[in-house]
Amino acid sequence: MDLRIKNVRKDFDLTPALHDVSLDIASGELVALVGPSGSGKTTLLRLIAGLEQPNAGTVYFGQDDASRLSVQDRQVGFVFQHYALFKHMTVLQNVGFGLTVRPRGKRPTAREINERARSLIELVQLAGFEDRYPSQLSGGQRQRVALARAMAIEPKVLLLDEPFGALDAQVRKDLRRWLRELHDVTGHTTVFVTHDQEEAMELADRVVVMSRGRIEQVGAPDAIYDTPASAFVHRFIGESVELPVYIEGGMIRLDGIAIPLSAADEPDGPAALVFRPYDVAIDEVDRATYPGIAATVVASRWHGRGRRLELAVGAGGHSMEIDLPPDVAPPVDSTLSVWPTRWTLYRPSGASLSHPTPAAAASMVSPIQQMAVAQ
Amino acid sequence: MADLTVPSAPVIRSATTEAPATRIALVVAAFGFLSLFLFLPLVEVFLEALRNGPAAWLAAISEPDALAAIRLTLLVAAIAVPLNVVFGVAAAWAIAKFEFRGKAFLITLIDLPFSVSPVIAGLVYVILFGSGSLLGPWLKANGIEVLFAVPGIVLATVFVTFPFVARELIPLMQEQGSSEEEAALSLGASGWQTFWRVTLPNIRWGLLYGVLLCNARAMGEFGAVSVVSGHIRGLTNTMPLHIEILYNEYNFAASFAVASLLAGLALFTLLLKTLIELRFSGGLAPSRGH
Repeated sequence: MDLRIKNVRKDFDLTPALHDVSLDIASGELVALVGPSGSGKTTLLRLIAGLEQPNAGTVYFGQDDASRLSVQDRQVGFVFQHYALFKHMTVLQNVGFGLTVRPRGKRPTAREINERARSLIELVQLAGFEDRYPSQLSGGQRQRVALARAMAIEPKVLLLDEPFGALDAQVRKDLRRWLRELHDVTGHTTVFVTHDQEEAMELADRVVVMSRGRIEQVGAPDAIYDTPASAFVHRFIGESVELPVYIEGGMIRLDGIAIPLSAADEPDGPAALVFRPYDVAIDEVDRATYPGIAATVVASRWHGRGRRLELAVGAGGHSMEIDLPPDVAPPVDSTLSVWPTRWTLYRPSGASLSHPTPAAAASMVSPIQQMAVAQ
Repeated sequence: MADLTVPSAPVIRSATTEAPATRIALVVAAFGFLSLFLFLPLVEVFLEALRNGPAAWLAAISEPDALAAIRLTLLVAAIAVPLNVVFGVAAAWAIAKFEFRGKAFLITLIDLPFSVSPVIAGLVYVILFGSGSLLGPWLKANGIEVLFAVPGIVLATVFVTFPFVARELIPLMQEQGSSEEEAALSLGASGWQTFWRVTLPNIRWGLLYGVLLCNARAMGEFGAVSVVSGHIRGLTNTMPLHIEILYNEYNFAASFAVASLLAGLALFTLLLKTLIELRFSGGLAPSRGH
């Protein structure tokens, strides 16, 4: 079942939670909604499920306008963040619940329900736990019961809200891989919400990055990582370094001093220079010999695969962290010349940098340069 | 010469633990207070009731007016408690699961019977249904008796006992949230199915606890019922009213006999409540209002 979300808006008590969000999800796709808390990702998921109603816009399930369908009729498998298992029912009863509440005509016999539930319990690798109560299970086991329960109703779409949020790191990792394999076997259209960008990148076919009730970027994990559409995405997905610069006559200036990167044909004005901590080159000789960005080493830490330097940069002493290969070890307090080898400039449009409107989002924070500077 | 006093070992005590003397004093004070004001009077009731022997006790409670009072008390409780279960669950459901305008007002309203004197509650019904009221003539014309009859007693009892079930359920349902209900709905369950199969099992022990408290109060209510009942022997006297009448007639033995029966019912309720707590302590709200 493919999903189409068209111009959906949702307000809570006059505070907008989603502004005019549109998103298409293909049948069988595994999509991650990722963003910081308050970005509207869970609201969007609940709107798809029918647990919330949009103030404007429509959700389509295939060709059907889902706004006309109640939660019950949407046939979505929803897995809640804290599982929401029925405490007074056994694992078997929990998984079979969705089938036992069907109207008499459509309800399978008790035997069929039982068999169905057992086979799902087996699928989520919990055979032998049928008669346990949720309180007798570990977090990871509860999560799998919740998933089996959601799949029992033959959902058109599987929706998972922070499915691994409450689990410890190792269980998270195992369940993540397991969910991916399960998805490949069952082929349900699946949407999951997470605040963990690593989880989104590892698990999903496509990642939807959200911020302040808007979709910032939609794309395959590598595309999002390599070509972030906005400074927010750059910052949120993977690590990044950000310097406030000013463009003047095609020159990029940091604290008034020109740095050796060019922004030809760009109008004058402020911008954010953003790059990955490892996309940098340094020169340990006197900065006069190479006109990079002047930097002082504040701290140097060894982290196993390399060295992380904390630098104070420019006249304003902006703090930034960069990663260097293990064999380079400039001493603390030494001065360096630093320049990014791969970088992007993001322009604020007018004064509304922190509250962009969706229509203008594409144009106002656009990457104008993404290039390698010759060394 | 150096001072060789050995430093005394520090007394290690957790921050929230008091010294033993303080603890003993607090426990003794609590028990002393309870014995003096609750336990001794209760014992006295039973002693007085049995002063003339079990035969006299039995005679006093099997006398026709006493039996009528017992029947009426049980009847009133049997009507008022189920009504308050329905109202209480509905009110708690509305408050715990939905956001709406006037919610704070509704919560205050539910507490009203606790803060208003029962006598006033009774008077309100007298004014509302009495012969001088707007409804009075109409009721009379249609032959409906409210005041000085069973309906009035039921109404007054419902009013006074309204908060018990709702107050018990609101914190419990708020704590449980609505995610299990949402899960049930998303799995295709209808509203009623969700209520019967998910919500009710989750609140059952809290509900039972509220019902017991409500029942205890319904049987014991005096003030409001006294105003609306009219004290007609054998007809509109509940057990508490009957006890008062006997007492005012200096018939202490009979008065205490019926009182002991009422106290016995209350103790039985309390015992049930304790058993529920022991057995199902996990299912009750930790933040109980009483």
